[in-house]
Amino acid sequence: MMSFITYLLNGLSLGSVYAIIALGYTMVYGIAKMLNFAHGDILMVGGYTAFIALNTIGLPIPVAVLVSMAVCTLLGITIEKVAYKPLRQANSLSVLITAIGVSYLLQNLAQLIFTANPKSFSSFVPLKPVKLAGGQLTISGETIVTIVTCTIIVTGLVTFINKTKAGQAMLAVSEDKGAATLMGVDVNGTISMTFAIGSALAAIGGILLCSAYPTLTPTTGAMPGIKAFVAAVLGGIGSIPGAFIGGIILGVLENLAKAYISSKLSDAIVFSVLIIVLLVKPTGILGKKIMEKV
Amino acid sequence: MAALLKVDSLGISFGGLKAVDKFNVEIEKNELYGLIGPNGAGKTTVFNLLTGVYKPTNGQIILDGDNITGLDCEAINKKGIARTFQNIRLFSQLSVLDNVKVGLHNNHTYSTLDGIFRTPRFRNVEKKMDQRALELLKVFELDGYCDYKASNLPYGQQRKLEIARALATEPKLLLLDEPAAGMNPNETEELMNTIRLVRDKFDMTILLIEHDMKLVSGICDRLTVLNFGQVLKQGLTQDVLHDPEVIKAYLGD
Amino acid sequence: MDKVNAEKHKIFRGNLITFGMVIAAYIVVEIMMKTGNITSLLKGLLVPLCIYSILAVSLNLVVGISGELSLGHAGFMCVGAFTSATWSMLMKSTSMPEGVRFFIAILIGAVSAAFFGFLIGIPVLRLKGDYLAIVTLAFGEIIKNLVNALYFGVDAKGPHFSLEDSMHLNMEGGTIIIKGAQGITGAPKNSNFTIGVILLLIALFIVLNLINSRTGRAIMAIRDNRIAAESVGLNVTKYKLLAFTVSAAIAGVGGVLYAHNLSSLQALPKNFGYNQSIMILVFVVMGGIGNIRGSVIAAVVLTLLPELLRGLSDYRMLIYAVVLIFMMLFTSAPAFMQYRERIMSALNRKKEVRKEKV
Repeated sequence: MMSFITYLLNGLSLGSVYAIIALGYTMVYGIAKMLNFAHGDILMVGGYTAFIALNTIGLPIPVAVLVSMAVCTLLGITIEKVAYKPLRQANSLSVLITAIGVSYLLQNLAQLIFTANPKSFSSFVPLKPVKLAGGQLTISGETIVTIVTCTIIVTGLVTFINKTKAGQAMLAVSEDKGAATLMGVDVNGTISMTFAIGSALAAIGGILLCSAYPTLTPTTGAMPGIKAFVAAVLGGIGSIPGAFIGGIILGVLENLAKAYISSKLSDAIVFSVLIIVLLVKPTGILGKKIMEKV
Repeated sequence: MAALLKVDSLGISFGGLKAVDKFNVEIEKNELYGLIGPNGAGKTTVFNLLTGVYKPTNGQIILDGDNITGLDCEAINKKGIARTFQNIRLFSQLSVLDNVKVGLHNNHTYSTLDGIFRTPRFRNVEKKMDQRALELLKVFELDGYCDYKASNLPYGQQRKLEIARALATEPKLLLLDEPAAGMNPNETEELMNTIRLVRDKFDMTILLIEHDMKLVSGICDRLTVLNFGQVLKQGLTQDVLHDPEVIKAYLGD
Repeated sequence: MDKVNAEKHKIFRGNLITFGMVIAAYIVVEIMMKTGNITSLLKGLLVPLCIYSILAVSLNLVVGISGELSLGHAGFMCVGAFTSATWSMLMKSTSMPEGVRFFIAILIGAVSAAFFGFLIGIPVLRLKGDYLAIVTLAFGEIIKNLVNALYFGVDAKGPHFSLEDSMHLNMEGGTIIIKGAQGITGAPKNSNFTIGVILLLIALFIVLNLINSRTGRAIMAIRDNRIAAESVGLNVTKYKLLAFTVSAAIAGVGGVLYAHNLSSLQALPKNFGYNQSIMILVFVVMGGIGNIRGSVIAAVVLTLLPELLRGLSDYRMLIYAVVLIFMMLFTSAPAFMQYRERIMSALNRKKEVRKEKV
């Protein structure tokens, strides 16, 4: 029983990371109507920036986190302005390929600067592991912080969308860009903000991921990026609660599969679940069905 | 004489809202029948029900004695109903000729392997399709545009192409959804002649949705007026158009 | 009728040029090889160039002609590679002539990949755009994962499978052919440039003729307007499935070529993972969606490019990425397109307004 709870908690922690990253994917998809394939690599940039800030420059942990978020935010906005904005009118396949190019660019830049040798990431969570149930259950500090952070972020985001003017603007742009422009919404600014928030979240996700799984390489962001994408789709792409649910389910499933079935096949199992869910609910768990006018 | 199309009590609900309710109509062969009504009355929904885009929750559709209720789109086309759309739906990347040839698909067949290996059967059928497609395009004076990309045609020609494509499927009943939309009076006049020509030359029965009253009173034999998803009035064109209830429905109180 | 025939001839000529291009390239390379003018780097790339061209052509059938975004084509390549290599290993020590054995290997690779394409296509093609993309990616990863964990051996009692390790095969003697993560070692190296070019020409023959037939028109009509296609009596599922299955079969053949070009075959992320699928997609988009000739050209150029940039060693992938981004912006961004228009008219080219080549 205790081991099950441990696996479950670790799964929730991993799922929280996926959820945080999936939020970025889903927001960008809902508002800019594109799949930002480079999103996972922003996570990696966040990890490296935090690493340098902490280890090389010697900044205190909270400052290092903020620096990492700032760098990623700037990076996200810049990428959007340079590579994606010019293609807003083009077909979605062109933007996808450009995003792939950006992804390659980030990975190779990282490889040039940091080499492919894994960096040992010292955890950003100074909490000691918590012991429960008379010492039978140990929860690492990273796990607790990750889950709590995710919950705070999701609640904050939902509140932001529903209660603030900027959030409502994002909602408007995601529904109908043209109408939003006519209503005086600053579409460019809104899209930039979306990328900014998403990238900042990716930075946090990267730091949390590397704190729990402490090796950092230029390709660290790739697979989690894909899994976060899967999570976003699982929950219904474009839906923020969906990204949260999708991420959590994915993380828990992956961990339980690793523990109880096979670590070699855990990815296959996770992807299979996605397929089964989509077969039953083609737009994802919380996804909306878009009726085409005939 | 048995009606070509007999619709009984047709209805569909979208989440509790009855979009179409108790729709009845009997259309005789070679009739030019009009379906009119204010915006949002459910006219295109009726078309979608007749062509299998929506499956009705109530009622029956009988085409030439055949019960086609609940069949899929492709099946209904094979049974003999073809249509055009309110917002033109052409195969935008294909040529004008190819658009019509797609309409000929089910009546001029050869296997995929025939196509890959360029067998004599492939050559013969393709030649026949080219001839037939050009014939159809000529009727609508579109043969000169045959190598144009469909999306590059002027608007009025695009509408005609859609009709040509529908006719290529050799239907018994042709449904036209607002064919005069976006046309000026001259173009509408031309369209009226085209529709009459289609009825005569192709021995066709035509059901059309239209808002342009000049066209409706000019070519339709009989009308059904739809309001709020239900039949308000049916009968001879002039009777229906002068009916006070119908006028009230269009102009309000 | 004249216009119709003129159009037909134009298409025929275009296809002939595509074939001619490949054959001409083959002749040039053969001459270079015979006169010793070829670097060993280029020699080693000859079969991969064929493989990626075949894969690009197969993917364009799905993405460009059928209009579906598939991000898992490497999975079909994987199926073709492993089934054909297994066959070759099984038959290696028999008296079957090598040519026959390899020919059958190709068929097995194509058919097994087609089978998977059909199976996967049935549920997947019901999904819309981006959902379809992620599901095909998922399938590709699943196949790679499964093959990576697969153990397969044959002894006197017959075949044995296991997803755990070689112990669980419970074999008495015999040979283990697929060894989990280590894959298959010792598959005969039957691939060569000539065979690669022949297979590419066959793939082009099938795809180009398919496009220019009733079947191709149906597939493209469904791509352009699904609802209109249904309204003229086309069976959407049948044609989408057909395109997907044929495409999978061709990708499988690419996999056969790949498997028989190496001494050890493993299902790694870099050769059968989504990265590979995406690389092929890049070829297709760069070459022009729906442009089969472009797929071959793009596959060749973009495979050679990183190798030619080898001199810049560390920076080459970086430059590749920048070139990719820039090319996408240049070809698709409306702002850039204005520059292009100006350049075009400055060079006084007559613009074909009416029929643009798809």
